[in-house]
Amino acid sequence: MKKLYPLFFVFIFLPFFLEAQDLIKNSEVSGNFQTDAQYYLPDSKMGITESTIDGKVARMNGYAEINYGLKNFTAGMRFESYLPPLVGYDDNYQGAGVPYWFVNYKNDKLEVTAGNFYEQFGNGMSLRTWQEWTLGYDNSLRGLRVKFTPVKGVTLKGVWGTQRNYWEPYSNSNRGIVKGADLDFYVNDLFPSLQDSRVKLTFGGSFVSDYQKGKSMDMMIDTLLYIFSLPENVSVTSGRVNLNIGGFNFYSEYAHKINDPSTMNKYIYKAGNGLFATAGYSRKGLGVIISAKSIDNMSYKSNRLITINQLDINYLPSITKEHTYALASMYPYATQPEGEFGYAGTLTYTLQKNTKLGGKSGMTIAVNYSHVNSGKRDSIPGIKMDQTGTLGYKSSFFQPGNTLYYQDFNIEVTKKFSKTWKGIFTYLNQAYNKDIVEGHLNEYGIVYSNIGIADITWKITKKDALRLEAQGLWTKQDKGNWVAGLLEYTIAPAWFFSVQDQWNYGNNDKNLRLHYYLVSAGYTYNSSRISLSYGRQREGILCIGGVCRYVPAASGFTLTISSSF
Amino acid sequence: MKKIIVLLSFSLLALLSFSQVTLTKNRPLPSVDIKDVKGNPFNTVKIKNDGKPVIISFWATWCKPCIKELTTIADVYSEWTEETGVKLYAVSIDDARSSSLVEPLVSGKSWEYTVLLDQNGDFKRAMNVGPIPHTFVLNGKGEIVWQHTSFAEGSELDLIDIIRKLNKGEEIKQ
Repeated sequence: MKKLYPLFFVFIFLPFFLEAQDLIKNSEVSGNFQTDAQYYLPDSKMGITESTIDGKVARMNGYAEINYGLKNFTAGMRFESYLPPLVGYDDNYQGAGVPYWFVNYKNDKLEVTAGNFYEQFGNGMSLRTWQEWTLGYDNSLRGLRVKFTPVKGVTLKGVWGTQRNYWEPYSNSNRGIVKGADLDFYVNDLFPSLQDSRVKLTFGGSFVSDYQKGKSMDMMIDTLLYIFSLPENVSVTSGRVNLNIGGFNFYSEYAHKINDPSTMNKYIYKAGNGLFATAGYSRKGLGVIISAKSIDNMSYKSNRLITINQLDINYLPSITKEHTYALASMYPYATQPEGEFGYAGTLTYTLQKNTKLGGKSGMTIAVNYSHVNSGKRDSIPGIKMDQTGTLGYKSSFFQPGNTLYYQDFNIEVTKKFSKTWKGIFTYLNQAYNKDIVEGHLNEYGIVYSNIGIADITWKITKKDALRLEAQGLWTKQDKGNWVAGLLEYTIAPAWFFSVQDQWNYGNNDKNLRLHYYLVSAGYTYNSSRISLSYGRQREGILCIGGVCRYVPAASGFTLTISSSF
Repeated sequence: MKKIIVLLSFSLLALLSFSQVTLTKNRPLPSVDIKDVKGNPFNTVKIKNDGKPVIISFWATWCKPCIKELTTIADVYSEWTEETGVKLYAVSIDDARSSSLVEPLVSGKSWEYTVLLDQNGDFKRAMNVGPIPHTFVLNGKGEIVWQHTSFAEGSELDLIDIIRKLNKGEEIKQ
């Protein structure tokens, strides 16, 4: 931390030392902050007692980010504090400090960033660093990034740094050094004659390497001592292409990882592969897209020992749709980096205004289907499946295996009945392999559920509206049936009040047929917002993008304040 | 650790007091390289509307209130553009998981906005966007004059009021 002091001084006091007036006039300052605080109460029915709260009745996560710009320069930093972290966030976050700062110079051809940065190569299958506050996820790289555009149509990027791991300072024994290069060709920009062509072609590729010190490692696994000979540099190479022809669009990306024995893959020496392809067609009133994805042994972390959601170098998002209604997101899918095969399709169609089916104000229908299986894998003759220290198994790439991981069919109808009434109606049918997704050992099997949701808005006056959500989830497995209701009153643009309840009325255990009620109110003033809620938080999994976080049951008050300036 | 907090608070204060000058003037858009809906490079300084006001709305395919806001505005968008000449840029922060769904959704819903993809949140960070929807209004010079987080039915009326005021040359006070 001490090393950072001089740096703060440099970029905070720089403006004072430089000749003032003109520079101050050209300076831009902006920032934002957020505080989430919770006060926990014991709730015997949910199994929360004074002893599980353990004296930490009040917890707080907060951050403040400030950015400063002067002509071609920008600099910024983020202060974070977790005192202590909210229930459900990793305890390793406890503390406060500045995990993120950067200085950046940018002109038409060149961009240089020193400090922390977020970067994505292609779709992220080889490298993606990103941050999501609500997930408590941050794998930013700290080091140097250079972006260079020698001619219009060519972009070259290079990164070199180490990743954030909570507050732990870097040492060569706790994580690797990540280096990467990425190249993009925008063919239509390269050749002026193709500038106005209907056909647009882009292709690119990247090379990423992670250096972890240590050519060999001793480790006890299942009472056996293994002496692993390890690759100190693990690399991923990827290529991608994007083609547009009028309303048609095609994108594909392939990535290959060299052998990378790790705790995630039980220390096998097999190489990894990933392929993602998507094709779509769009015109006014209609959008269709189909995608397929195959992943085999693609976990890529800058510490081979860990299995938690930290130090990920690449990004392997799920192909399934992300749902936001409470019961629709009860069983969310997350990519299984060790291997999966999936496909998905989405169709969005609008029945135009003043047609027979569309009615006076039209109607939008969205249908989505996704299916994910294990990847096809066979054992190598004479070797047990996944045997540590061997190649592990034979995979037939881009072929599904026999185990169902997840399936989701859903249809959503958005309809405006009149100037004051409108609604969104959703039906979902899901199959969720709880053992695989949550990492249990043949305890639960597959949860099959039917879900229905009606979301109706009544605009009472120009500025007042009442919204009702009614949801039901029916399943014979896991915790059984649920119903949920929400009533929300808004006064634009500032106020909202809501009451909601989720009731697990179908739980086999009568003592667990709980109500998860929540009362909230909030006030927004321009880009500042404050909200307070009281109630119960159901145990569950919160997913954003490709990462999920377990949220334990909690009861009490939540206060959130956010602002941007 | 305490030292750092003290230092930081002091630094923030110093920065804020010095920036009084800068905060009272309107801020131009930062220059960030993102993509258009087809995946072609797009620099954010190109967000312009021939001297007329611009609305920038940060949204995502998984954000229900965002889609509600954009659907509500879509109903009156042609009237708005006719009356005020305003142009709306809808910046999707969908990441690699769902960014391929953006164009089909926009077409499927018949939205007439200019849609941009900010897959890794670079523009979002540069604009200090936290929770979405987050909406900005730019004046004819391309400077940020107004911003608002969240959407409630009827908020769109405030938005168009701001645009009308801008066109009349009134000062927007935030």
